Amino acid sequence: MITLFGKPEPTLLERLKESVGKTRSQLAARVEDLLAGDRQIDPALLAQLETALLAADLGVRTTREILQAVRDKVERRVLADGAQLKTELKNQLLGILSGNGTALPAAANPTRGAESAGTAAPRVIFVVGVNGTGKTTTIGKLAHRLREEGRSVLLCAADTFRAAANEQLDVWARRAGVELIKQKPGADPAAVVYDALSAAAARSIDAVIVDTAGRLHTKSNLMAELEKMKRTAAKLVPGAPHDVLLVMDATTGQNGLSQAREFTSAVGVTDIVLTKLDGTAKGGIVVAIVRELGLPIRFVGIGEKIQDLVPFDPQTFVNSLFD
Amino acid sequence: MFENLTEKLQRVFKNLRGQGKLTEEHLDAAVGQIREALLDGDVNVGVADELLAKIRAKAQGAEVMLQLSPDQQVVKIVRDELTELLGKHARPLFSSRPPSVWLMVGLQGSGKTTTTGKLAKWLSSHGHRPLVVSTDVYRPAAREQLAQVARAIGLPCWAATGTDKPLEIVRGAIREAKLSAYDVILVDTAGRLHIDKELMTELGELKRELQPSEILFIADAMIGQDAVRSAGEFHRRLGLTGVVLTKLDGDARGGAALSIGKVTGAPVKFVGIGEKYDALEAFYPDRIVSRVLGMGDVMTLIEKAEQSVDAKKAAEFERKLRRNEFTLEDFRDQLRQLRKMGPLEQIIGMLPKLGPLANLPKDAQVDEGRLKRVEAIINSMTAAEREDHSLIDGKRRKRIASGSGTSVQEVNQVLKQYMQMRKMIKQFGPAAAKGKLRGLGKLSGLS
Repeated sequence: MITLFGKPEPTLLERLKESVGKTRSQLAARVEDLLAGDRQIDPALLAQLETALLAADLGVRTTREILQAVRDKVERRVLADGAQLKTELKNQLLGILSGNGTALPAAANPTRGAESAGTAAPRVIFVVGVNGTGKTTTIGKLAHRLREEGRSVLLCAADTFRAAANEQLDVWARRAGVELIKQKPGADPAAVVYDALSAAAARSIDAVIVDTAGRLHTKSNLMAELEKMKRTAAKLVPGAPHDVLLVMDATTGQNGLSQAREFTSAVGVTDIVLTKLDGTAKGGIVVAIVRELGLPIRFVGIGEKIQDLVPFDPQTFVNSLFD
Repeated sequence: MFENLTEKLQRVFKNLRGQGKLTEEHLDAAVGQIREALLDGDVNVGVADELLAKIRAKAQGAEVMLQLSPDQQVVKIVRDELTELLGKHARPLFSSRPPSVWLMVGLQGSGKTTTTGKLAKWLSSHGHRPLVVSTDVYRPAAREQLAQVARAIGLPCWAATGTDKPLEIVRGAIREAKLSAYDVILVDTAGRLHIDKELMTELGELKRELQPSEILFIADAMIGQDAVRSAGEFHRRLGLTGVVLTKLDGDARGGAALSIGKVTGAPVKFVGIGEKYDALEAFYPDRIVSRVLGMGDVMTLIEKAEQSVDAKKAAEFERKLRRNEFTLEDFRDQLRQLRKMGPLEQIIGMLPKLGPLANLPKDAQVDEGRLKRVEAIINSMTAAEREDHSLIDGKRRKRIASGSGTSVQEVNQVLKQYMQMRKMIKQFGPAAAKGKLRGLGKLSGLS
């Protein structure tokens, strides 16, 4: 089986920390300072904490719930000082994030685990999202990752809409040393999927990564186009697509929830990839997404180099919210 | 956008009706609701809290206006504050000595290249001769993307050969502009993080050398709390002259516009509202605030209608109406004009949720495909059939259905709608032309 979901590697975690730590500390609200040592817990501190959580894009509802749980413990005098409060907050967040996936009813996610082991059929990975989140770059990095694991990979250029999308993916295919199946701009994306999956079967490829055009989740015609691509894939390879990765930009605000909801209902998103975490944005909207939709976060993008895609680690993520 | 705020406030003030006076308690509740709406809309929490303090002070000190109910009064204060924050409508800036240089800057994926194409198209339709050039030497195929965009809109792109230094690329473009009398150079720069020292320095150098008349920060309407940091840092380094808010055709509330306005003081000059290259509009703060507060954007709608309705055709249409000659041909013309106004969802979003439209679902799904099918059906008729619908018998209906890839039922439906509209026009004369929107609304399954 292809381990898309491998364990986090410590060296990469350090890289994330390093990359995220750059100059962020000067700019970000320092929760760490608020919660230093033996500071008394008072309403002013809680208000500051609320501001910090909101500023990380956690959203009104998630922030309110987390703070309510904390406030209850303060009232019952379980928490005495700032340090304990910080631990409690982190636990609350970890609790939500490590519910990672479990909130999703099994029936809503039938492809998971339905491995095509033993057969020649490739694992089919769809990469979807709104415009400009970094789908193509993520695909380049993911292809590299799978190659490193010794898998054969084929890229499918099903973004036939955006100018020079083919050329962009072509560069990544060469960097990762994998093959690319493409058609002319303006071609039916489902037809490119068909071509790619046929080629993959003929060459006994392990994984096919399908690049799709960025689309706003509110455009029903474009969402229908995605569904068609999905049907085409399923016809050629039973159970395909096995993974539908929703690529989300860490700068995304509350709209991220709506994106996750709509893409999930149209094409059954299986995982989230959180990109551009090397900036100052913290990507807190994914906490709300995990909490509400139970979608697991699988990878985070932390730079422009081909190695800059690492498995999501809740602990590192939560710590970064407080840095 | 913030559609719920008015509703929420109405709920807060419901119990107040008849008392006619704002109490501290009501104000607290109202401020809480406004805060939630602003935060849900991605207004930065610091910016929101500052706004709320002002709103609260104004509400407390406000003279009681007899003609406004308390909720209306608070909405008015909120609206005034938001409008003030967004500033006045600002026109794009040109240099007194052409070519003017416009620098497009922003984070990765905010839509710089697409916006460059749209702005070039906008400039060219406003009497300018734009030249676009990409200095994105980093992202794979970025320069190729701009070249393809330029080709698609039929405008020139400076393809710098032999150099990959941003400054040299633009110098070449300036030489070319002077030779070929282009008056605006749109410089599409690479997307970068505001904390990337090297690339931010590169932009600083570009600015010093080019003395751009516009430095436009391209911002994704979906951006959240971090907008204040990225926009603030770009502004600190470069001194932004304006903002373009992109992808506003989705369901993002775009509160980032307020955050960015607050930290940069730079006005939003344009908004991107679709995938097509003409989906760019000048930004009018007063209008968007009205839309923000659920008051619709009637001005933009009127402007759009004026732009897309062909005056000659309109006169011809009126003449026909007078003489009762509303044919299927005219029906198709009306359809086309309506579709030219843009995606129907967009138009509906601009309508005030008032009167007969009050019950329109918020996310009214308009089936654009259905309008297209109606057009296809009419296209599949012969000229004679379009002139005289009574020719169309069962056999012809079958032919039209197969010609348009639809069914006989659908053809029947279109003919029925057409006949209804014709009847309506007969009854009311030219005045009924105003009702055409309603009639067509039915077609798309709206009413």
